[in-house]
Amino acid sequence: MTAWILAIAIWAAGWYLNHRLAHAALSDSRAYALLIPIIFGVTLILMWEVLVTMLDVSAVILPPPSMISARFAESLPLLWADFEQTIVKGAMTGYVIGALAAFAVAILADRSPFLTKGILPVGAFMAALPIVGTAPIFVKWLGSDWQSKAAVVGVMVFFPILVNTVAGLKDTSAMQRDLMRTYGAGYWPTLLKLRLPAAMPFIFNGLKIATTLALIGAIVAEFFGSPTLGMGFRISTSVGQLALDMVWAEIIVAAIAGSVFYGAMALIEKRVTFWHPSQR
Amino acid sequence: MNRILPALTVVAIILAFWTLAVIPMNAHITADQAQRSGLEITPEEPAARQDISGLALALRNPQIIPLTYTQTRPRLPSPHQVAVELWETTVKKKVTSKRSLVYHGWVTLSATLLGFAIGTGLGILLAIGIVYNRTMDKSVMPWAITSQTIPILALAPMVIVMLGSIGIQGLLPKAIISAYLSFFPVVVGMVKGLRSPDAMQLDLLRTYSANKNQGFWKLRLPSSIPYLFASLKIGISASLVGAIVGELPTGARAGFGARMLVGDQYGQPLVTWAALFAAAITAAALVAILSLIERQTLRSMGMKTA
Repeated sequence: MTAWILAIAIWAAGWYLNHRLAHAALSDSRAYALLIPIIFGVTLILMWEVLVTMLDVSAVILPPPSMISARFAESLPLLWADFEQTIVKGAMTGYVIGALAAFAVAILADRSPFLTKGILPVGAFMAALPIVGTAPIFVKWLGSDWQSKAAVVGVMVFFPILVNTVAGLKDTSAMQRDLMRTYGAGYWPTLLKLRLPAAMPFIFNGLKIATTLALIGAIVAEFFGSPTLGMGFRISTSVGQLALDMVWAEIIVAAIAGSVFYGAMALIEKRVTFWHPSQR
Repeated sequence: MNRILPALTVVAIILAFWTLAVIPMNAHITADQAQRSGLEITPEEPAARQDISGLALALRNPQIIPLTYTQTRPRLPSPHQVAVELWETTVKKKVTSKRSLVYHGWVTLSATLLGFAIGTGLGILLAIGIVYNRTMDKSVMPWAITSQTIPILALAPMVIVMLGSIGIQGLLPKAIISAYLSFFPVVVGMVKGLRSPDAMQLDLLRTYSANKNQGFWKLRLPSSIPYLFASLKIGISASLVGAIVGELPTGARAGFGARMLVGDQYGQPLVTWAALFAAAITAAALVAILSLIERQTLRSMGMKTA
């Protein structure tokens, strides 16, 4: 009973604080925009800690945050090795291969308006399919090491990036293209100086969607077979051993990796497409 | 019509590429089998064959090329094999049979739809809360956006085990994963949609002395519908992926995910491929149904369809 009262008290305090902050005069400032969600997150974690420890919830069901952070701190080398195997070798390699392949196909198909028209609906359709399901097939073909994960990731990120690139390359007005023609620019100068820069907001949209897909693909593919290393491997074996604190530690790593990956793409986007209205 | 022909061409290119890829992918196992059944294969020792590529092997032994398309356990099944397997496990099997893909499809689909309904319902409610409550907007919205950059699917095995250990099994754990995956796209899309009326429209309603309730039902909700459908289409395919992945780690006995695992573990690639394509067809059908509803709804509301 006291646990529930304490948890509700924490919630009320956190909410009251945020209510005051959200209705304060400075509430639209940067610092407040960052502070308010942090307070909200801390409130939830405190409630979680209080409820789980005071109600004696078994660590097999839900470990308290303190236990997770302790596990996280003491298994840093292991988590780092898993991170390298899954994110750096599996997800990143696949992401780069898939993105390059998508650019190549988009630029090749771009020569033919007929193919472009076909690629858009088919690609959008393929992007909605459960491509993670190809994981067992790739594991069988390429073995259980990171190569098969990179292949799954490559296929998963290929379609969203392809569709966005193709759509982006179409996003110039006839007037702009005519201007390039009056400059005497051929296909390649027009592509490099006008159409690719104009396509960048679309391309980065695809690249940003693909960051999450890359991590999902690399982690889920490890459920189908992996060396004794990797985030997906650790998650599935730790679940089997009921070591849920380890699972949560891996999920923290995945969350950090996902946000950093996305954030990095958003940062590059800001640099490249500084001229676009959405960035100003 | 002017979009169907190009789309079909692209599909035909993909199918042609796939069909050609079957030859080198299956060349090695086909050569081994052909030799055992008495055919002449040019590098005679199997060890020597391992060193050359599948394409070279097929070109040196053109007589095995037709055989690569009839393997029972191919590395890469040909399109027609997958189509035959799909036909046999959907139409020709009784729906109640454990080997019918319709049966497995229903297991996955029911979890998907239940989860999708829960996720969408909660997502819309939270979006309304966010739009009308500033504290909620400032506290929750950043998390809803951040959560889209996190591979939530990695949580799936844990959710299944966690719920299993408190005695919840079967449909519900998978539905919860599905709900979770469709939840955040709906929240983000709905918030955008409910905020899409501009100041002029809101002011107009104020001059009519409309109250908050009327403002919601007559302006905000109708103008959010296009955004809602866009998120629903993302959400439903995410839900399906969630339900399939939810079947993987627990060794579920039924569902598309279970079929993929069975095919993988018992060396029956056709089962895996058929399950994969059945899942793809299901996803496509769900998105198509939503698009149809979208078009009908928007038309009857007098909005332009995108």
